[in-house]
This record gives sequence, structure tokens and C-alpha cells, in this order.
Amino acid sequence: MALGLPENVFIANLDKLANWVRANSLWPMPFATACCGIELMAVGASRYDIARFGAEVMRFSPRQCDLMIVAGRIVMKMLPVLQRIWLQMPEPKWCISMGACACSGGVFDTYAVVQGVDRFIPVDVYIPGCPPRPEQLIQAVLDLQEQIRRTGTLRGKEFQERTQPRAPGLLPADATDLIVAPGDFSTSTYRWPGDDKYPLRPGSRLPLPQIN
Amino acid sequence: MAVASLQDILQHLRQHTNTDRIELSTFRDNVRLVVPKEYLYLVLQFLKERYGFDMLIDITAVDYLNYPDARHRFGVVYCLLNTVSGQRLIVKTYLDEPDLALPSAFSLWKAADWLEREVYDMFGIVFEGHPDLRRILMAEWFTDYPLRKDYPLRGRGERHDFPVITRAES
Repeated sequence: MALGLPENVFIANLDKLANWVRANSLWPMPFATACCGIELMAVGASRYDIARFGAEVMRFSPRQCDLMIVAGRIVMKMLPVLQRIWLQMPEPKWCISMGACACSGGVFDTYAVVQGVDRFIPVDVYIPGCPPRPEQLIQAVLDLQEQIRRTGTLRGKEFQERTQPRAPGLLPADATDLIVAPGDFSTSTYRWPGDDKYPLRPGSRLPLPQIN
Repeated sequence: MAVASLQDILQHLRQHTNTDRIELSTFRDNVRLVVPKEYLYLVLQFLKERYGFDMLIDITAVDYLNYPDARHRFGVVYCLLNTVSGQRLIVKTYLDEPDLALPSAFSLWKAADWLEREVYDMFGIVFEGHPDLRRILMAEWFTDYPLRKDYPLRGRGERHDFPVITRAES
């Protein structure tokens, strides 16, 4: 070698070096609120063994983590906690939204459940499923590693540019649908006699006979 | 203690409260006492002290808005158990707006503490004399009563009333 570098010394782009280190040593913060948390535990255990990808050190202190895995539904009362924990995590940090509930509210389209955590915190990888298979979470970690290797910068410039929530199909921030949930509030297919507040929708059941 | 017959209890209660507006009915092994709310505390106290209903299993409420043939807006249900004889009894009372207040059963059964808070949280029924009547399930800034039938299932947008944290600021 012309430069005469000794062994174990190699030259690389500093960003790439940092990304390589970061991607292979993710420290997850398991924000497990529901049954997805059980799958998350399975991924941490020996059978699926997330240690193979360098992300096995689950820390319950946000100060020691750089990957938040939101596993489960987030309700109104939990969201401020989630945001606070996210803010407490040191940078650079990433977020995986695991399962249908964390991504979109899932079947819990009710007054208390947040319809997707990506409305309120940044999310890098989404995992569908109810709950997702452990392999899906491993794939998400691999995808995230790829994303870190590809786009990461030493000083986190890729984050600075993201001033808007980046989510598939997210409504603009001034959309009134964000403030008031859209759609027909009456989910009952039964119309009570004399109730003209919620008229019978096409395709819904005919009124039941009145039982005394 | 000998197991008291239901008719005995009813007669005794009517005699004790000096009213015949207390009604008793049975349905599929459920025994229900319907009590006007002004006699509620008296009846509960009597059932506990005289007939040994020493355990309060549950307090819950029903919103009868749009219910066929309903004469009242809310029903509040107390499920009692006599742990010696195994008898169970359901005490029910009806409420109408605007007077949604009931006497608290906390002084009889400590179990009423959280149960009454839950009914207050979900239906807005106030229990007078409760030591700490706060919301128990919903957040404290929540202003509605979500299990009322005139409250929409998806809420009024409270679930989306939070600040957004973006990448640039976190």
C-alpha cells in the first residue's frame, strides 16, 4: 500500500462509519402497551433472537435507548407519556410503529384511542399485522438498519429537514378531520322508532320489531 | 344467619322505609330491587346491616336514551353479595336530568370508592359524600361523559387534540 497504513486501519467516509456503527447497535425502548408487546418479547427471546441483529439490549430507561418500538394501542392518556419518553431519548433516535393499533388505531376506532402514533411522533418504519409475526419485526429492524446506513449523517442532518410529519396518507395539519373525527358517528345499524337524528343508511338493517 | 326469603326482605324494607314504592322482581336467577333514589341509601344501609349484604360487587349505570318504553334517562345498578349465605341482590334506581345526584355508598362499602368514580367518569352521575370524586379512566382534562348514548363513539376529536412532535424538533 502506497500510504503504508498499518493493519486494522482503514479509511472511510465518517458518515458511513457512524451509520455502520449505529445500525448494528440499536438499543430498543420497548413501549409495549398491548398484545404486540408479547410478540416483541418473543423477538427478544432465544427462538427469534433479535441479538443476531445487534438490537437485543432492551432498556426501560429512555435515556439509554435509540430505537422506540411502539407496540400496542396508544390511548389519549398514554400519548403525553409516549411523547415525553420520545423527547427524553438521546439523538440519533428512530421509531418503529408496530402493529395495526400503533399504525392506525386498528379496530379501536373509539373516542379514547389515538388513530396512529405517527400523527404525533415521527415514525420511521411501520409494521402491519395484528399482532405482527416476530419475523416482521426482525424485517423492520433490518429495514431500519438499511435506512440508517443509506440516509444517516453524523450530525443528523436528515432529521433537521423533516419539519412535517412524514406518514403515508397523513392529512394536512390544518384539516378539520384531524380535530373532529370524520364519518358517520352512528355505528349502530338499528334505528330506534321515532329517531330521525340518525336516519337509516342504505344497506343497514331494517328496524327490528318492537319487543314488549 | 338464616337465609331470608325475598318476600321477607321486601316486606321488611317497605316497613323500614315506610313506602311501597320499592319493587322486587326476578329474571333468570337475578333478583332485582327497584328503589326510588330518595330511599336508596336507606335501603342499602338496611340491606348491609340487617341482611348481611357485606360485599359490594359492582356499581354501574345504564343510559336509556332512545330505549323503547324507557321512562327515565339513567339507571344506576348496585350488585350486592352476602358472603355468608351466598345471596346476591341487585339494587337499581333511576335518575333523570338535570338532577343526576345520588348519595355515595362509600360509608357502607369502601369498594364504592373507585366504582362510583367510574360511574361518574363515564356517565356524569354525581355521588354526594364521596371523599374524592375525580375521573378514574379518562384524562382529567376530558370534559364529556363517554358512555352516554348521545356521545359519539369516535368522540368529539379529543383523541387528536395533542401537539405534534416532528423530526426537526426532537
